[in-house]
Amino acid sequence: MRTRSNTEANVKSLALVSGAGVTASPTDRKPALTLGFAYILKKALFSAFVALVLFSLMIGIRTEAGPTGQLTYWTRFDDLAILVAIVFVGSIVIELARQWLRPVGASSLVPAPVQTGLAVAGRFVAPALLIFTLLVPVIFYNQRYILDLGILVLTYVMLGWGLNVVVGLAGLLDLGYVAFYAVGAYSYALLSTSVGLSFWTSLPLAGMLASLWGVMLGFPVLRLRGDYLAIVTLAFGEIIRLVIVNWQSLTGGPNGIPSIPRPTLFGIPLTPGDDGLAAKLGIAFDPTHRLVFLFYIILGMALLTNWVTIRLRRLPIGRAWEALREDEVACRALGINTTTTKLTAFATGALFGGFAGAFFATRQGFISPESFTFQESALVLAIVVLGGMGSQLGVALAALTMIGGFELFRGLEQYRMLVFGIAMVLLMIWRPRGLIGHRAPTVYLKQAQAISSDLVKEGQG
Amino acid sequence: MKSPMNSGDCILSVDRLSMRFGGIVAVNELSFEAERRKITALIGPNGAGKTTVFNCITGFYKPTGGTMRLASESGPIALERLNDFRISKQAKVARTFQNIRLFPGMTALENLMVAQHNALMRASGLTFLGLLGVPSWRAAEKRAVELATFWLNRIGLYDRADDAAGNLAYGDQRRLEIARAMCTEPVLLCLDEPAAGLNARESAALSELLLSIRAEQGTSILLIEHDMSVVMEISDHVVVMDYGEKIAEGAPQLVRDDPRVIAAYLGADEQEAIAVMESET
Repeated sequence: MRTRSNTEANVKSLALVSGAGVTASPTDRKPALTLGFAYILKKALFSAFVALVLFSLMIGIRTEAGPTGQLTYWTRFDDLAILVAIVFVGSIVIELARQWLRPVGASSLVPAPVQTGLAVAGRFVAPALLIFTLLVPVIFYNQRYILDLGILVLTYVMLGWGLNVVVGLAGLLDLGYVAFYAVGAYSYALLSTSVGLSFWTSLPLAGMLASLWGVMLGFPVLRLRGDYLAIVTLAFGEIIRLVIVNWQSLTGGPNGIPSIPRPTLFGIPLTPGDDGLAAKLGIAFDPTHRLVFLFYIILGMALLTNWVTIRLRRLPIGRAWEALREDEVACRALGINTTTTKLTAFATGALFGGFAGAFFATRQGFISPESFTFQESALVLAIVVLGGMGSQLGVALAALTMIGGFELFRGLEQYRMLVFGIAMVLLMIWRPRGLIGHRAPTVYLKQAQAISSDLVKEGQG
Repeated sequence: MKSPMNSGDCILSVDRLSMRFGGIVAVNELSFEAERRKITALIGPNGAGKTTVFNCITGFYKPTGGTMRLASESGPIALERLNDFRISKQAKVARTFQNIRLFPGMTALENLMVAQHNALMRASGLTFLGLLGVPSWRAAEKRAVELATFWLNRIGLYDRADDAAGNLAYGDQRRLEIARAMCTEPVLLCLDEPAAGLNARESAALSELLLSIRAEQGTSILLIEHDMSVVMEISDHVVVMDYGEKIAEGAPQLVRDDPRVIAAYLGADEQEAIAVMESET
């Protein structure tokens, strides 16, 4: 890696030297170009060589068990040659495109005017997005699919905002966030089916229970950082899932919990019967009513999450979270109790996760451990990272892109994950610190200036 | 050497402090006192154990032996019994670090606000009242911003209040770290090499700042420093350490002329140093 960056740096400095010559005689651009070509060719040859080594066994030789069990194999060198050629040409094309997009030595692929333009547009994105979201049930009233998707996206927006407190603000890498989502969902499901509590009474209870589990996870991991913290939280998520799977008598195990009650509007159910909301209002019953109702519930819950998080950031506890992400030792020297600060971050994140879980249970009407796998944790974490750690708008945009985009590529079937992976890699190359790559200060004297992400720490766990 | 301190009004008395790391004795039975409203300097060659002493006083290490008493309004506090954040919170001892530890991604103002965490936490009713935005919380926040503004003016960084701390010049970062420590309203301020990396003009400004902190805030200062011009100019009392032990203490001029101190700094033999000094006079 070092040698590569060294050669790159050499190439750059050489290009700069030849660039100095260019200013002297503008027509003489040959040296820089030939040097560039030699470099590109070298890189392409290297890529082709790697491809050759990789693919010679994977594609060049095909082995199979013969009819009597003996090993039969045949070669496919033509396919191999085609692939290596594709890699070679592709490498040249990509490198040319890169050089064309940015002058050698420039630090960013995205030109500065575009970045400032994005920052300016950013001020209008959030209100526009909010107004659009409020109007979604009106615009798409007849499209159940869009409404369903909207509810799904909003659920992930809320989960993202919840995890953002832990990962984005406090800098604690939590890979087991789905545990709190599961605790919230099962709390509501069990409280409603066995005790008979309504959604609105169970919601705070589910949140509190999840929060309690957040603190319980927090205690053992207080001293852990970075990779170690990530692994323990990952294990915690799995433990919760496995307990749910195996505790048959309480959770129903892999069969899950069916017929979870739907939410009511001040005790009035949204059902077709005489005591339903439609009958009381004197309008015709429409199953879409419930969907719209759910949409506004999750929107309200997500906005509450957002409001609380924005407010918390401006309170001492929020500043302490961010300070903890920046430098834990300095926090201790300033008399900040890092233990309670970390625990409150875990508890707050878990609280929102629990709320979202309870909503998930009431929306689905049926929950099983399959909904709470590691993949969910990874997805929510990806949303937070992609959005730009700590940015509320970024997380919302990322959830929209990830969940919405995922649905958009449904037509691609098995290639969906591939497209998705490529999109993520590209985004991380262009915007390594997420879509919104700057931090807004929580307090200012004269003028709030966005702080470049280069200065903001990611936290050590 | 007879101790010149009259222990009548000392803010911190360290008594036979020892710190061992495995077999290595970093600090060996060190005793000294720091007077109230005075600047006490702790000097010594590299590796003498100065920072270890600091880490013990500020709770980052638990000493293997000895006591550290901090005189406070409510009676003496045993620092060795308090752990990390409580030293700052309860005993009101603030510190800075040898390698600056600001919050680089937060603005200068935010850095000073974080330092007032404990006072603001109380004012915000452990977050709940603050979340509702009650008037008493708003007033407390306003006062906190005023205190931060006061210190920003004091260190000449008012115009950079909204800049990220990581973007400030090195000297500014040093001063901001001192201001941040002062925002915890400490009775004892421990500075670990505040003049390191500063040019002559900046260290002169630093000396001035420290003298004014002592005069106006009445904060006692404990200082580790290599820059002898700063030490000689501002300190009232100097404690010299070498190999984890105190080798001399007293007024700056006295210490400067002490042959053992010169020997420790020049790495020379004690007799040799005395010989050098005699030949000079």
